[in-house]
Amino acid sequence: MRIVRPALIFLGLIAFWQLLVSATGVAAFILPGPGPVAAALTEHWRSLLSHAAITAGEILLGLLLGTLLGTASAVFISAVQPARRWLMPVLVVSQAIPVFALAPILVLWLGYGMASKVAMATLIIYFPVTAAFFDGLRRTEPGWIDLARTMGGGRMAVLRQIRIPAALPALTSGLRVATAVAPIGAVVGEWVGSSGGLGYLMLHANARLQVDLMFAALFVLAVFAVTLYFTVDALLRRLIPWQADDGLEQDTAQRLA
Amino acid sequence: MLNGSLLGASADPPAIHLQAAALTYGGTALFQSLDLTLPAGQTTCLLGPSGVGKSSLLRLIAGLADGADGVVLDERGKPLDGRIAYMAQQDLLLPWLPLLANVLLGARLRGEARDPKLLERARALVDEVGLATHSDKRPAELSGGMRQRAALARTLLEDRPVVLMDEPFAALDAITRYELQALSARLLQGRTVLLVTHDPLEALRLGHRVQVMAGRPATLDSPLEPSGAPPRPLDDPALLGLQSELLNRLANARRGLGDERCA
Repeated sequence: MRIVRPALIFLGLIAFWQLLVSATGVAAFILPGPGPVAAALTEHWRSLLSHAAITAGEILLGLLLGTLLGTASAVFISAVQPARRWLMPVLVVSQAIPVFALAPILVLWLGYGMASKVAMATLIIYFPVTAAFFDGLRRTEPGWIDLARTMGGGRMAVLRQIRIPAALPALTSGLRVATAVAPIGAVVGEWVGSSGGLGYLMLHANARLQVDLMFAALFVLAVFAVTLYFTVDALLRRLIPWQADDGLEQDTAQRLA
Repeated sequence: MLNGSLLGASADPPAIHLQAAALTYGGTALFQSLDLTLPAGQTTCLLGPSGVGKSSLLRLIAGLADGADGVVLDERGKPLDGRIAYMAQQDLLLPWLPLLANVLLGARLRGEARDPKLLERARALVDEVGLATHSDKRPAELSGGMRQRAALARTLLEDRPVVLMDEPFAALDAITRYELQALSARLLQGRTVLLVTHDPLEALRLGHRVQVMAGRPATLDSPLEPSGAPPRPLDDPALLGLQSELLNRLANARRGLGDERCA
């Protein structure tokens, strides 16, 4: 069932797509059917793949950098009291600036290559990661902290042994959001100015009215994004097994009983 | 059965004198200039209605003051720093650590967990509380009683002469509670123990001294001292007599608090 259900959903969506195209008779340069798109996929697979590799690289690097920066910031903000007062408002205000508006500036500064897209992806995931992890670090079960105090644990030891592991489930929810939005950063960056990547390919296909190629690129991007999301999700579940949702409920039930 | 060295050197447990304890919460004085003495090497049980400030008193002695004032000294006038182990109603096991690592939490926090002697003691204690076959399991795989046993082993591994327990058995079912009471009475022998509880029978079973905390600001009544060494058999008629007296005191204590709450 684990494979059958997603496969059925996928086939259902394709069928709906075909039905929409056949029923409305919409022009192929507005919405091509699954057939032409599949043809474009097979015809251009080599260039699709090379552009996809660029976009994937940008997304993965952005994820890595954003996660590193975000977790480090969260630990720093929660460990250093003045940092919280000074940096939290800055962080929140920085989120009021739409990342899309920054894209041209990043391209201007970092050029048409990968760097500006990696920076975009990093920026877009930095906040969800920081906010989620910081929130987790702040909500450590007070009983654990009390216990650690009676045991003579120092601040750093408590942070490392208790507060950080306790905040990992919160961090994973931030990482899931980050994984879902990271492709947005990379593709928007490519639209604004680039020399390669799926966003670049789509922009150029659009200009040349190769709508079927556009949809093929979109399809490849969607497949990558979904695969990435589920891979990260599975990885996080494996790394943090105590977080299993049913385990949590069991725990609560035991307390209430 | 463990020998003394494995169970820990509970030699020379201090008497504890809490003086001039005071706590004001939301404009109401929960207690003021309250004195409490815990005799050396004995178990003192503290009973009283919910919200009277028992836990706050225990936390004050534990050094987790939360705004409460008071002086905590041993019989020589020295502070208790580093001589206290604390056990709460929740097991406070870390869900990501296997049982044995949880028992070693104090050592992990102080960076001493690699000491092979300590590891040996930890294993012996886990065995002693009957969890030897579960030492690699995470807390979520254990029952409530097993988890509280693990918490007891963790408390004992700290090997402190003073043990402060805040309703440690309250969340357990009757049978598990009964077994754990006997187990902890045996393993905590010779330490200075303060046990906060809601259960008069538990107090009478385990305490050398039983005191009721009541009123607002709260005061302590004169201690009851049941005869015989704990853990006492529950079918002792003297114990049952004392239980009804304790229940009377508690009922009066609650009436005192209840009136004020309704007002």
